[in-house]
Amino acid sequence: MNPAQVTFGAAVALALATAVAAIVVPRRVVVGAGTALTGAAGLAAGVAAVSGHSFSLVLPGLLPLSGVSFTLDALGGLFVAVTGGVAVAAGVYATSYGKASAVLPMFVLAMLLVPAAASVGTLLVCWELMALFSLLLVIGENRSRAEVTSAGRWYAVMTHLGFVSILCGLMVFAAHAPADSFAALREARLSPAVSATVFVLTLAGFASKAGIVPLHAWLPRAHPEAPSHVSALMSAAMVNLGVYGLVRVGFDLLGGGPRWWWLLVLALGALSAVHGILQAAMSTDLKRLLGQSTTENMGLVLVGVGAAGLFTASGNPVLAGLATAAALLHVVNHAAFKTLLFLAAGAVLHGTGTRDLDALGGLRRTMPVTTALFGVGALAASALPPGTAFVSEWLLLQALVHGLPPSGVDTAIALPVAVAAVALTAGLAVVTFVKAFGVGFLAKPRSEAAANAREVPYGMRAGMAIAALGCVVLALLPSLVLPAVAGGATTGLVTLRLTGVTGSLSPLLLTLWLVVAVVVVAAGVRGVVARRTRRDARLWDCGGGPMSARMEYTATSFAEPLQRVFDDVVQPELDVHVTHHEESRYLVRAVEFRRSVPDRVERRLYAPVLAATRAWGRAGRSLATGSVHRYLGYGFYTLCAALLLLAVTR
Amino acid sequence: MLNLWRMIRRTGRVAEPAPPAPAEQLPAAGALGGSVQIRHVDAGSCNGCEIEIGAAFGPVYDAERYGARLVASPRHADALLVTGVVTRNMAEPLLRTFDAVPAPKVVVAVGDCARNCGAFAGAYGAVGAVRDVVPVDVEIAGCPPRPEAIVDGLRKLTGR
Amino acid sequence: MTALGLAGAVVQPVLIVAGAPVLVGVMRQVRARLEGRAGPGIRQPWRDLRKLFGKERIAPRGTSEVFRVAPLVLVATTLVITVVAPFVTVASVLNPVADLFVVVALLAVGAVALALAGLDTGTAFGGMGASREVTILALVEPTLLVAILALSARVGSTNLGDVVSSMVREPSRVISPVSLLAAVALVIATVAENGRIPVDNPSTHLELTMVHEAMVLEYAGPDLALVELASAMRLSVFLGLLANLFVPWGIATTATPAALLAGVLALVLKVGVLGAALAAAEVFLAKLRLFRVPELLAGSFLLSLLAVAASYFLA
Ligand code: SF4
Repeated sequence: MNPAQVTFGAAVALALATAVAAIVVPRRVVVGAGTALTGAAGLAAGVAAVSGHSFSLVLPGLLPLSGVSFTLDALGGLFVAVTGGVAVAAGVYATSYGKASAVLPMFVLAMLLVPAAASVGTLLVCWELMALFSLLLVIGENRSRAEVTSAGRWYAVMTHLGFVSILCGLMVFAAHAPADSFAALREARLSPAVSATVFVLTLAGFASKAGIVPLHAWLPRAHPEAPSHVSALMSAAMVNLGVYGLVRVGFDLLGGGPRWWWLLVLALGALSAVHGILQAAMSTDLKRLLGQSTTENMGLVLVGVGAAGLFTASGNPVLAGLATAAALLHVVNHAAFKTLLFLAAGAVLHGTGTRDLDALGGLRRTMPVTTALFGVGALAASALPPGTAFVSEWLLLQALVHGLPPSGVDTAIALPVAVAAVALTAGLAVVTFVKAFGVGFLAKPRSEAAANAREVPYGMRAGMAIAALGCVVLALLPSLVLPAVAGGATTGLVTLRLTGVTGSLSPLLLTLWLVVAVVVVAAGVRGVVARRTRRDARLWDCGGGPMSARMEYTATSFAEPLQRVFDDVVQPELDVHVTHHEESRYLVRAVEFRRSVPDRVERRLYAPVLAATRAWGRAGRSLATGSVHRYLGYGFYTLCAALLLLAVTR
Repeated sequence: MLNLWRMIRRTGRVAEPAPPAPAEQLPAAGALGGSVQIRHVDAGSCNGCEIEIGAAFGPVYDAERYGARLVASPRHADALLVTGVVTRNMAEPLLRTFDAVPAPKVVVAVGDCARNCGAFAGAYGAVGAVRDVVPVDVEIAGCPPRPEAIVDGLRKLTGR
Repeated sequence: MTALGLAGAVVQPVLIVAGAPVLVGVMRQVRARLEGRAGPGIRQPWRDLRKLFGKERIAPRGTSEVFRVAPLVLVATTLVITVVAPFVTVASVLNPVADLFVVVALLAVGAVALALAGLDTGTAFGGMGASREVTILALVEPTLLVAILALSARVGSTNLGDVVSSMVREPSRVISPVSLLAAVALVIATVAENGRIPVDNPSTHLELTMVHEAMVLEYAGPDLALVELASAMRLSVFLGLLANLFVPWGIATTATPAALLAGVLALVLKVGVLGAALAAAEVFLAKLRLFRVPELLAGSFLLSLLAVAASYFLA
């Protein structure tokens, strides 16, 4: 028996069983444990597939017309494994968090099935199931809140537009191929125009799922509004499938393509990375910040994918392998730390009831475990050693640096700009996560809610700990997963050596040396200091005081200098309202100051579209007056027109 | 830029030759080892003393050459340089500033006001001299004291 | 792990830990002389440190482990760089860590640790300093990375040792437009990272204009000594790298005592000259308004981007 097949089957069975069990016994423990087990089985299946045990399965009777066919190969296996891993952490967390929902295991199942789908029909069905289940989860718990319904609406519309785009793209593709299975699609000979159409259409759909600018508007709305373990699943696992789709269609089915495709991907990625992190740096909502950082990270992945495509197109397989490795490793890393961060954000929400950074602070004393785990995640996300994202960003930069000598003017411009974008993103990520951790967890509590925070139950802590463990392992020994993502792009267990180009990095040794250096310095200080005990003293408040929490820097004030720097880019909206006393204009009664940093892309791009849609809607309403006669008339004329058309064309 | 350069060339060294070091040194000077970071506290001065302190740290008297340096936080300081009579409003902050300084620490009272309330003796807003609030190690007399006197007092701390 | 690398790993940290405060002393002395002062002498920073280590340790109420560990992390990250990066010898004891990106990231880790400590105190000035520091960091990091890219692109490696030894082998590269542009960008980045004029004034007493100082207002005694030692070391590291990336001559390429001695002397000379030049330049400059600083940094970012473009097109 093929181990991948067995475990994958087990995952499907477990998910279905959990869903049924959850309907019968709606307990959190049942749903959580079942989801975690599903995830574990999925993880095992993915690992087995990556290590060479791929399998195929055709079930002709399951779906009318096209049937259902699955193939789990190495590429799909990687994404199945990532989804499974995220589901384990989220499932354990869900044993003591949120409502028991039968949809949760089904959502995980749909996400496991997508990378295994081996025909257009199967992929589209699974894709839609995934979208529907996640939509149900987003709006399921807090239906009554206005933000949730609005987020749900955004998500529903955007995800279906994306679906339509993918549908059209794959239909065009399948129409030019003998059958709709992926194997048949690989054989298809497409004219450049057709393959370009397919690529652009699917790219739009997959990019919208990955939250890539300019199709990202739903992501910072829907991800934060969902319950936190669902946020984790969406932000750490679901978005990856957009990347999966892009890689599958672009590289596997279409077999690469001309350079402009990949330049487009690269540009979208760079734009998303910078835009996402800039928005995150300004954000004061902890979960929204994390959602925006997802856009950033997916952007970085797309930079890697685009670079890989570019190098493939210019005949440089070594660098293409390196860039692919960087992109896929970043997918894995991002999944690990984003799971952790969203789960920790959920813990903060659970413990304090707020996710507004301006009202948080001081959690390190009341919620020490959550604080420590969020710290691990923040270090990983800020692309600093010894964190996870550092390794993948290092690989990405190595791929871009070694892109010299350029194979054309376009790459000579694209690669430095890409490096600049990645570098700027790295810098801003540091600000974002220093803010999230420093303002949210350190210092003094800024509100009653934060001051009275309580540490979360053990189930939630365990879920976070699993994700944190993943982060640490990935940070220290990325070589454990690199063979799965890189093929032969790197060698070595402790020290990664790039094959084909010079470059080596050893995260483990680096960490070890850092620890040794800290110990040496601490010992040295102990040796030379005259007095070892510390005297407890008041904070230095310039002799005045006592200092209140209102004197602290908040998340808004922390990001203010940066916002000034990027004033022209983010264009914050200022609103100052001064009211005067009746008697005199010179006496001010109150000053109201409001500042918001709206998403500029969204404002520029979506507002006109929405306005146009609304106008069309109004025009449509004048057609639909409610009169039955009119509707009969419409029907009659349409029929006549159709017949006429047939008569003319036949 | 060139003008500035010319001016630097023309002016040369303005620091006056160092006068002989004061005969007695404070016992704390040994622990400080020729480096004294100073936090200045204005406890209620008329700002005359401040001007002289500014002069003492200016290029002519250059108190920094003996290892004294003004710092921005009492946590960084070894010595408090207190000027003026201690007013009611500044008594508590002065105590807190003293408390904020890590040991070993010394207090220098600069000016007659700080020593014995000077011109403000008996004023309703004055709590007393500096030594009535915090222990004083060095006193520098004068209203205001001459920069030489201030430098001399500081050299008792730095031992240089 | 070669003998040369091992020698470097022993000599470099010792030299930089011992020499960094002296460098600061030299810079202060140069400034003092140009201002017409006598100056406290170049050993003054060491006197300050010795005294600070002998002082009492203070635990400000309401601070946590982050506050206590930050100075250790700050020194440790810099110490690791002094061990692995090519200052005296080209070879490194741990090649996979002597990567340019790693070094930049390690320097950033130190800065982040201090910023978190500033936030941890919960004082207005701590938060202010942290906010400003990371804002500057966010703009300096890209400059550093892109300038590095420009230098390493033609070598085909981002390993510091490789970059430096290729410069040693082909001295003509030193005066190429790529090097010059990158050098200017890196100098500005160095000034900004180390909180020197015109970005920050290390001797300011006015809290509202502070960047680096505001974060460390709460540190006292040995902790403060560590922070000061680390800032001195970081300055030396930056100047040392700057010197060796653009003027690598004298660096030891063999493990003989004579070569090592020459390497040490060359480093001391180069860093000393650079430091003195920096200090002299500071006399002529005024501190920029905080919100003008980003313009300066954006300029340096642009220069580094130009350097990359030049390296692509002139290659
Ligand atoms: S001693 Fe004289 S100069 Fe100094 S504060 Fe008192 S009155 Fe002013």
